[in-house]
Amino acid sequence: MEQLLSVLIGILVASAVYLMLARNLLRFLFGLILLSNAANLTIFVGGRLTPGAPPLVPDGMDAPIGDVANALPQALVLTAIVIGFGLFAFALILAFRAYQSLGTLNTDEMRVAEPKEN
Amino acid sequence: MNSVILIAGARLQAVLLLVFSAYMLLRGHNAPGGGFIGGLIAATGFVVYAIACGTADARKALRFDPGSIAGAGLGIALFAGLMAALWGDALFTGQWLFIGETEDDKGIPLSTVLIFDIGVYLVVLGAILSIAFSLEEAV
Amino acid sequence: MSWYLTLPLVIPFVASIIAYLLRSSPLGAWVSIIGSGLGLIASIALMAVVLDAGVIAGQMGNWPAPFGITLVADLLSAVMVLITAITGFAVAIYALSDITERQAKLGYHALFQILLAGVTGAFLTGDLFNLYVWFEVMLIASFGLLILNGGKEQIDGGVKYVALNLISTILFLTGIGLLYGMTGTLNFADLALKVEEVENQGLLTVVAMMFMVAFGVKAAVFPLFFWLPAAYHTPSFAVSAVFAGLLTKVGVYALIRMFTMVFDHDIGFTHTVLLWVACFTMVIGVLGAAAQSDFRKILSFHIISQIGYMILGLALMTPLALVGAVFYLVHHIIVKANLFLIAGIAKRLTGGTEVYQIGGLYKSAPFLAILFLIPAFSLAGFPPLSGFWAKYIIVKATLDVEMWFVAFIALAVGLMTIYSMTKIWAEAFWKPHPDGIEPDLKTLPNKPAQIIPVAGLAILTIIIGLNPEPFVIFAERTTAQLLDPTAYITTVLGETP
Repeated sequence: MEQLLSVLIGILVASAVYLMLARNLLRFLFGLILLSNAANLTIFVGGRLTPGAPPLVPDGMDAPIGDVANALPQALVLTAIVIGFGLFAFALILAFRAYQSLGTLNTDEMRVAEPKEN
Repeated sequence: MNSVILIAGARLQAVLLLVFSAYMLLRGHNAPGGGFIGGLIAATGFVVYAIACGTADARKALRFDPGSIAGAGLGIALFAGLMAALWGDALFTGQWLFIGETEDDKGIPLSTVLIFDIGVYLVVLGAILSIAFSLEEAV
Repeated sequence: MSWYLTLPLVIPFVASIIAYLLRSSPLGAWVSIIGSGLGLIASIALMAVVLDAGVIAGQMGNWPAPFGITLVADLLSAVMVLITAITGFAVAIYALSDITERQAKLGYHALFQILLAGVTGAFLTGDLFNLYVWFEVMLIASFGLLILNGGKEQIDGGVKYVALNLISTILFLTGIGLLYGMTGTLNFADLALKVEEVENQGLLTVVAMMFMVAFGVKAAVFPLFFWLPAAYHTPSFAVSAVFAGLLTKVGVYALIRMFTMVFDHDIGFTHTVLLWVACFTMVIGVLGAAAQSDFRKILSFHIISQIGYMILGLALMTPLALVGAVFYLVHHIIVKANLFLIAGIAKRLTGGTEVYQIGGLYKSAPFLAILFLIPAFSLAGFPPLSGFWAKYIIVKATLDVEMWFVAFIALAVGLMTIYSMTKIWAEAFWKPHPDGIEPDLKTLPNKPAQIIPVAGLAILTIIIGLNPEPFVIFAERTTAQLLDPTAYITTVLGETP
């Protein structure tokens, strides 16, 4: 299963890089979203896939009994997803505003802050 | 958008979503759910309402500025974390109060964790709505 | 013990909430100033405790390390928190005059306090994932601050800033995933112990390089710095001052932390890469500055070249070099933030930041000219100012390990720095204004709010310059802690206070 997920991560990264090489800002952002999903999966696989019972502590005990799933990577991934969600919401709005005020999504034409030397 | 069916449906749906979000928020500690998901669902309710009736109406229905809701939520979450200091524990330690506790029944569990979750709920609701409203107004 | 660690974090959050709720009233700015002032007091208290105890640690939520969220302050963290609070306080006062009512209404003061909280959190945290979270807090706030004005320039600069920083964030996250997969922990102290047990040390180097790239983008080193000159000259002066002073230094801090405590298994490889990166960063930065003619663009490129010195100190990895890096870090934050604040005053007096189109500042505002000369000379490394000692220690460390060529580069870059500082001096201060304007400090609106922070930071530069000994001794203690993290590890993993 780990191998399968690793291949999936590879595919995600490859498509992300392909998208990010585009000049269109929106495509770049889509690539970035794929890349961040790849990163989340990496953390998930990094914690090893542990099929088992949910990691719940029974009443009156300090530790769960038997083999349970590793809860930490899931907590990390959840945090990363939430943060990523906020960042990309912001980035998409920024792209939208950039299109409104600069009139283009082509990154080559975004030269307002760094004008071309004549 | 002037569709009677959409407006009527959206009102009903917004109410249902808000109730469901409160349910999600409250069951969150031991079952799937919690402040983040609850906040998202509540925000969906207002977004649906805004699509049907316009953002001006949705803002009025919300009563408070979404940014201020997010700020208040952050304050509540922070306050819940600092409350642990009252019991002399490390900050952000959960404190529990079981109302009507008996031998084999936990009664109604109240905790600072719940207050923290309510804060998260408000932060998510406020943040999403301020983004969504400003986008809808810009289009 | 715990309050010393948490107050520098809690205060800016509380200030940010109050400032946001009061954003429509002029009180918001004062909330920000009072908040920063209280934060300064809290960080001085933290510094005093850490000076006494060496390292202090606290666990959030009563989860013992390495499972929970740990806050740690060793000397490096404490001094960074203190310097953040000083810069924050100065900029908060400056914002009184620089931030328009419209920006304040959009929530400038709240975002600024969140930025301070994010930076402070990044310095205080004791685990890698938490560092990521604080980076994001900082990033979100800086995104907001950058495009607050909503002008074309800001949006354009913002797009590049956001895009490149997001890539670095994701690389950082991937690195965290891989490191967690290899060691099963993310706590700095625990990592320092666990990395030695990793069987495949080669893989560890690969992950180390991922972190180097991720933090390298944040620190704006060659060849990852392009977002910085694209963005830093666009926002308000108060915003760009705090960006210039603090944001890149968080990247440098993370590099120092990771590459002294965790990734010291293959110094021959990783730190050689850092050495080359440092040399290129110094040279490219200073050459870029020479080609620019905008006040803030020149300063932006100088940030890059100065980052090179700090990385050089880390790359050499000798005790003296690290002393230099720490000293440089502290000195540079003060000086750089100050220069950006002065650029703001110069713009208000002369009407522009393009140095060829302004002038006459020396004749009609000699006091400002002196205030400019202090940080400018310090940046270029003139004795007896703080920059001289910083450069001196680094160059001395380079000579000690007999890397003559690197020492030559460091000295040559110092010389080039003087060139572009002279350009600003000659064009903006010395020559008469091309439009015949005679800028006058008396006409400055809200003058004390602009002069006091600038003068305060300049005095700090002089104090460090004239009396470097206690600061060097402090940096030596810091370095000793970095090179021998035993105290750090036992404090974090041992009995919690």
